[in-house]
Amino acid sequence: MSDKHTIKVRVNGIAYERDVESRLLLGDFLRENLNLTGTHFGCEHGVCGACTVLLNGQSIRSCLMFAVQADGCEITTVEGLGDPDHMHPLQQSFWDNHGLQCGFCTAGMLMTAFDLIRNYSLETEDDIRLGLSGNICRCTGYQNIVTAVREAVKTLRAKPIA
Amino acid sequence: MKPPAFKYVAARTVDEALGVLSSEGDRAKILAGGQSLTPMLNFRLAHPEVLVDINRIKELEFVAERNDGLAIGCLSRHRTIETSSSIRKQCPILSAAAEQVAHVAIRTRGTFGGSLAHADPAAEFPVIALLLDATMSIRGPKGTRSLPARDFFVNLFSTALQPDELLVDVRIPPWTPGRGWGFRELSRRPGDFAIALVAAAVTLERGKFKEVRIAMGGVGPTAMRASKAEQLLKGQAPEEEALQAAGQTAGEASDPPDDIHGSAEYRRHVVEVLTRRALKDAIERAAAS
Repeated sequence: MSDKHTIKVRVNGIAYERDVESRLLLGDFLRENLNLTGTHFGCEHGVCGACTVLLNGQSIRSCLMFAVQADGCEITTVEGLGDPDHMHPLQQSFWDNHGLQCGFCTAGMLMTAFDLIRNYSLETEDDIRLGLSGNICRCTGYQNIVTAVREAVKTLRAKPIA
Repeated sequence: MKPPAFKYVAARTVDEALGVLSSEGDRAKILAGGQSLTPMLNFRLAHPEVLVDINRIKELEFVAERNDGLAIGCLSRHRTIETSSSIRKQCPILSAAAEQVAHVAIRTRGTFGGSLAHADPAAEFPVIALLLDATMSIRGPKGTRSLPARDFFVNLFSTALQPDELLVDVRIPPWTPGRGWGFRELSRRPGDFAIALVAAAVTLERGKFKEVRIAMGGVGPTAMRASKAEQLLKGQAPEEEALQAAGQTAGEASDPPDDIHGSAEYRRHVVEVLTRRALKDAIERAAAS
């Protein structure tokens, strides 16, 4: 049974039109159809958080949504945050604070943290830990990830110098 | 793990969704937030031939303050419930419960109606619906019917919804003046399903319990009210001994699973402790209001 649909999406500001099978997961669409392999699939059932991307500005699991459902939506992946020459301050903070080791969970951590920083108060370290609790890292022990997010909160929320 | 093939229909109206359910019967399944359904597809625990996506039916996504309480559209996201100022004002325990639902990215997509219709016994919203005697508004081929929450949850992952029906909205009666609440949940990791959770709502009159509501989750085939414990407390002074007895009664009334996350005996003990703590929180808030 093949059930195909044409979808139009904007990913990292670029418009795409593609035919997708209804069963295709959004994360697989990003990786396989658009070659945006920065988004990683870990558990593929919504537990590990590695596949987190932004849908219309809010974090979602790209393994728990079908590509066909994203028709007309705006998606941001880690590639949309920055690149090695122009890192987003959040990415720079992960670099500066050694917030990653193998890097498998990093894209998910970044996209989750991006949403948290924009939409949650994150006043305490506990707030950051609670916010990131849906993202699993098997290397770092989390300490440097939490530090990286805490420092990024400071940088991104600092009042611009007049 | 990839989901099996299915036919996808993006319904634009409730009638269109109901039409597909009518013609496809139990071969079709409603796709709301998909935060439980997608893993079930991936694990082959569900094999629908047709998925009816209701995410584009915008009329189902609302939170409204009405004379007869709050009305919440089935497509309201957990994140909307968590951040809605109407809900924080009119039904603060629901905001607190929403904060405990899974993780931020899940709350962006997951829906209120989806969680209720999925009827996971360890989920937060069924417990709140039972606690506050919510009314479910259900649409089917013959029109709309209303069902009290206590008749909605039938068994493990099963509700009174027929295959050709859709839960469209939920009504929560007005918050009783002076009511205090407590919501206590224990899980291995924040956001995971509860090992046990207890919600309580009370009012006090002349130093005695007047209204007492206690509901629990994760400790039986459905969320359940601890009715005996409620009866025990009505008219009593809110003292330690009474709370101990209520906790014990709630624990005895629970019917918890025995699994890798905790033995039945352990969960019963957790219910006792959480009931006491939820009641204490509720008493404090009632006294402060």
